[in-house]
Amino acid sequence: MTTTAQKYETVIGLEVHVQLNTASKLFCSSANSYGAEPNTNVSPVNMGLPGALPVVNEEALNYAIKIGLALNCDINRFVKFDRKNYFYPDCPKAYQISQFDYPICKEGHIDIDKEDGAVKTIRIHRAHLEEDAGKTIHLDDCSIVDYNRTGTPLLEIVSEPDMNSSEEAYDYLQKLKLIVSYLDVSDCDMEKGSLRCDANVSIRPAGSTELGTKTEIKNMNSFKAVKAGIDYEVKRQIELVESGETIVQETRLWDEQKQMTASMRSKEEAHDYRYFPEPDLVPFTLEEKIINDIAATLPELPEKKLKRFIEEYSLKPYDANILVQDRATAQFFEDCAGKLNDAKKIVNWLNGAVLKEMNERKASIVDLNISPDNLVELITKVEDGTVSNIVGKDILTKMIDTQKSAITIIEEDGLAQVSDDSALEKIVDQLIAENEAVANQIREGKDSAIGFMVGQAMKKTQGKANPKKIGELVRRRLLDGP
Amino acid sequence: MNINELTAHEILRKIKAKETTAEEVHKACVARIEAVDKDVNAFVRLSDDAPDIKSHKGLPVPIGIKDNMCMRGVETTCASHILEGFKSPYDATVITKLKDSGAVLLGNCNMDEFAFGSSSESSYFGPVKNPWNLDCVPGGSSGGSTASVAANEAIWAIGSDTGGSIRQPASFCGVVGLKPTYGRVSRYGLIAFASSLDQIGPITKDVEDNALLLNILAGHDPMDSTSVNLPVPDYTKALERDVKGLTIGVPKEYFIDGMDPEVEAAVKETIEVLKKQGATFKEISLPHTEYAVATYYIVATAEASSNLARFDGVQYGLRVHPKETRKSKLIDMYEETRAVGFGDEAKRRIMLGTYALSSGYYDAYYLKGLKVRSLIKNDFDQAFKECDAIIGPTSPTTAFKAGEKTADPLSMYLSDIFTISANLAGIPGISLPCGFSKAGLPIGLQVMAKAFDEEMIFRIAYNYEQSQEWHKKRASL
Repeated sequence: MTTTAQKYETVIGLEVHVQLNTASKLFCSSANSYGAEPNTNVSPVNMGLPGALPVVNEEALNYAIKIGLALNCDINRFVKFDRKNYFYPDCPKAYQISQFDYPICKEGHIDIDKEDGAVKTIRIHRAHLEEDAGKTIHLDDCSIVDYNRTGTPLLEIVSEPDMNSSEEAYDYLQKLKLIVSYLDVSDCDMEKGSLRCDANVSIRPAGSTELGTKTEIKNMNSFKAVKAGIDYEVKRQIELVESGETIVQETRLWDEQKQMTASMRSKEEAHDYRYFPEPDLVPFTLEEKIINDIAATLPELPEKKLKRFIEEYSLKPYDANILVQDRATAQFFEDCAGKLNDAKKIVNWLNGAVLKEMNERKASIVDLNISPDNLVELITKVEDGTVSNIVGKDILTKMIDTQKSAITIIEEDGLAQVSDDSALEKIVDQLIAENEAVANQIREGKDSAIGFMVGQAMKKTQGKANPKKIGELVRRRLLDGP
Repeated sequence: MNINELTAHEILRKIKAKETTAEEVHKACVARIEAVDKDVNAFVRLSDDAPDIKSHKGLPVPIGIKDNMCMRGVETTCASHILEGFKSPYDATVITKLKDSGAVLLGNCNMDEFAFGSSSESSYFGPVKNPWNLDCVPGGSSGGSTASVAANEAIWAIGSDTGGSIRQPASFCGVVGLKPTYGRVSRYGLIAFASSLDQIGPITKDVEDNALLLNILAGHDPMDSTSVNLPVPDYTKALERDVKGLTIGVPKEYFIDGMDPEVEAAVKETIEVLKKQGATFKEISLPHTEYAVATYYIVATAEASSNLARFDGVQYGLRVHPKETRKSKLIDMYEETRAVGFGDEAKRRIMLGTYALSSGYYDAYYLKGLKVRSLIKNDFDQAFKECDAIIGPTSPTTAFKAGEKTADPLSMYLSDIFTISANLAGIPGISLPCGFSKAGLPIGLQVMAKAFDEEMIFRIAYNYEQSQEWHKKRASL
C-alpha cells in the first residue's frame, strides 16, 4: 500500500547567500567586518549618499571566481552589474547592485553521497555577486537601521531544482559549506548570517516530470531549520492538495519558535524589481590570466582529499571523512603523518581527544595553538609507555592551557609511569593485603576483579603506575602461586 | 570695466601684476550678487564663511557651483524641497580639485530641480532670470551657473550637462559652456540625474577661461569607474593653433523647419568666418538625429527614476508623515515625503522612467532606447571619419519668455534637440556666442568633436571667438 507521502515527489531548489570575507566592501573601502559598533563601517558609498559612486572590489570578484571554479562552474568572461530596484530602509540607494543577465558563475554542480552509497549530482544554475543590505531593527515605537552590513559582498548560489528530500537539501548545503570553507573566502557561519539559505519547494505526483507550484521559504537560520522548514512545507503542501485545495505561489517565512511557515507575500504582491544595467559600473571582459591564476590557487578540495587519505594512509572512510570536514585539521593530520609513521594513532587522537578539546572550547585547531610536533611528541610518549592513555589526554588539555610541551609537563608534574617492578610489587602486595575479598575472587578465577586492583593501584599512584604491569603482577602473585 | 566683469585669465594677470588682489575680486563679486541677484536669482545660497583668501594659492578665482555637487558641510539640494537640510559629509571630486586649485567658492547656483528642465524655472527656490532680459529664461538646467557668469556675479562657474544643460543655457546667456567627453571629468559627488549621460563642465566668459577651468576639472578619478584613465593635456595649448586645413562637418539634420531664422543666419555666418580662416566645410548626415529626443527621454528618465529613489525620507533631507494612516507607517512616509518633496517635472520623469523599466515594457522602451542610442553613436563615428569637428546651432531659438513653455513639456524638451545627441554619443560639445538677435538676446554656436578631443573644440572655438567681439559684450543689468 502506498502512503500519502509516497504518492508525491518533493522538488527542492536552494538559493544560498555566501558572505565573502574580503577586507573591504563590494563597492567601497569601508571595512567588511562583523560585530563593529552600529554604523561605523560606513562610507558615503555604502550609505547611498547623493553623488557617491560604486567601484568594484577586485578581491570580491576573485573570491567569487574561486568559488565558481570550486563548484565546477563556467566563469562568465563578461563582467556586468545591474540594479535591482526596491524601497526599504536598509537598502539606502533604494536599489541593490546585483548581476541580472551575466552572473559571474553559471552551470556548475556539487555531488552528494546518498545513504545507499550512490552519488547524486546537484546542478548549480548560477552564482552572482551582489551587495548585502543593512539591518533593520524594529523597536516598540520605531525602527532603526544599522548600515554596517550594507555593501558586504555576497555570492548568491542558485541550484537547479534537483533535490527530492530535505535530507538531500541538507547534504547539498553541508557539502556547499564544506567546499566554500576550504577556499578561505567566507566564514560560512549560518548563525552569524555569513551563510544564508532560502528554499524553493514544490510537490508533484510521483513519476510526473512537470514542476508543481512552488513556495519560497525564507528565514531559516540553521542547517536544522532548513531541514525542518522544508519538511513542514512539504507536509503542508501535501495536505493542501489532498484536501482538494491549490497551492499558491508565495514567499513564506519560517518561524523557528512555532516550527512552521507563514505567508509573507503572494506572487501578486511580489516586487517588480525593474532590473537594468548599472550605469555607474562599466562592463568589462575578464582576462584569461586572472581566471588561470585563481585556478592555480585552488586548494585540494575535500572530495579529492578524502579519496587520497583513504588510499595514501589506509584510513577508514569514516575516520578520513571526519578529518576532511575541516581543512586545517586535515592539514594538521598530514603534518603529523609526516613525522610519525602511524596514521591510525594520529587519527584516533585528532578525531578523539583533540576534536573533543576543539568542541569544548568552541575553537579551531589553529586556536588550540599546538603544533603537529607537539602532538606527535605526546603520542610518542603514550606509545612508549611513559604515560598512560588517560594521563596523555590530561597532558593534552594542559598543553593547550599552558602552551608547554608534553615532555615539559611530564617532567614538571612527575607524570612518568612507574614501571619499576620492585616499586610496583610493593604496591600490589599492599593492595592484596588491603582487599582480601577481591584477592580471593581473583584466585577463584574472576578475571574482571583484576581491573579493580588496577584501578586501585592507579589511584594510589595518582595514575603513574603502568596499568599493564600492575595487571601482570596481580596475576603472577595470586594465580601463578609462590 | 568693473573687476568682476573681467575674465579669469585677465584677473590672474592683474593679480600677478599686483594691479588687484584676490580679496578685491571676491568683494566685487559679492557686491554684485548683493546688487543684482534678487532679480537674477542665480544663487540658492552663498558660502556663509568669509574665505581666508590670502591662503588660497594658485587660481583664487570666485566660482559658482551648481547646486547638485556635494560640498562638505554645506547644504546641497539640487534645488529640490526633498533635499532640504542635506549637508554632505564629503566633497565631490571636482570640489576637491577646485579647492586644491585655490578657487574661491561663492555658493550654490540655482538650477532646474534635479537638473530636469531647459529653463531653470522648476527650482524649489524660484525661477532664474536671464541677465540679458529679465523677462526671459536663462535656459537650463544649469541656468543659475550661466546666469551668474553672464550677470558678472561669478567670474566663472561649473554646471552639469545631461542633455544640453550646460550648452543650452550658455547659449541663452551668451557665455561659453562645455560638456566634456563622458568620462573626462569625475562624477563622484555629482548628485546623479542620468548616470550614463551626466557630465560636469566649465562655464566661462570666453574660450581661454574654459580651457583653463577644464585643466582643473579633468582627469581620472579612482572613485568613479566611468572616468577614463587618459592623460590630461594642457588645454590652453590648443588655443595656439589655427584652423587651416581642418574639415568641419555641418549636419543637414541640424537646420530644421521652425528654426529661428536669426539663429540660422548667425550660424551660417560663422561658417563663412571660419572658411576665411582656412577651414573646409562639408555637409554631413547624422541620420538618427530625429530619434535623439525620444531616445533620451527613455534612457535618461529610466536612470533618473532609479537614481532619485534614494530620496525616501529615511536618512536625510525632507521627511513627512501624513496625519492619517493609509497603508503602513513606512509606506505612508515614503509616499507623503515624495509627494511633498518633488516638483511636477521630477514626478513626471520618475513616472516615465519607472514605466520604461517595468516588467513587460523594458524591451519595448529601455532596451530599444539603448539600441537607438548605439545607432546615434554610430552616426557620429561615421561622421568623424569625414571631418574633424561638427558645427551647428546650440538650440533652435534664443531665450524664450519665462512661463512660455512650462505648460507644454514637449516643446520644452525640443529646446535640447541639438545638444542631446552629444550626451547619447558621449562626445564633447561646446556652446559659444556667435551673435545676438534683434531683440538683443545671445545666439549660441555648438562645436562638437570626437571623444576626448576637447582640444579640437577649443581650437576652432577660440579662432572663431577671437575674430569677433561677441565675448566682450556684457549684459547691462
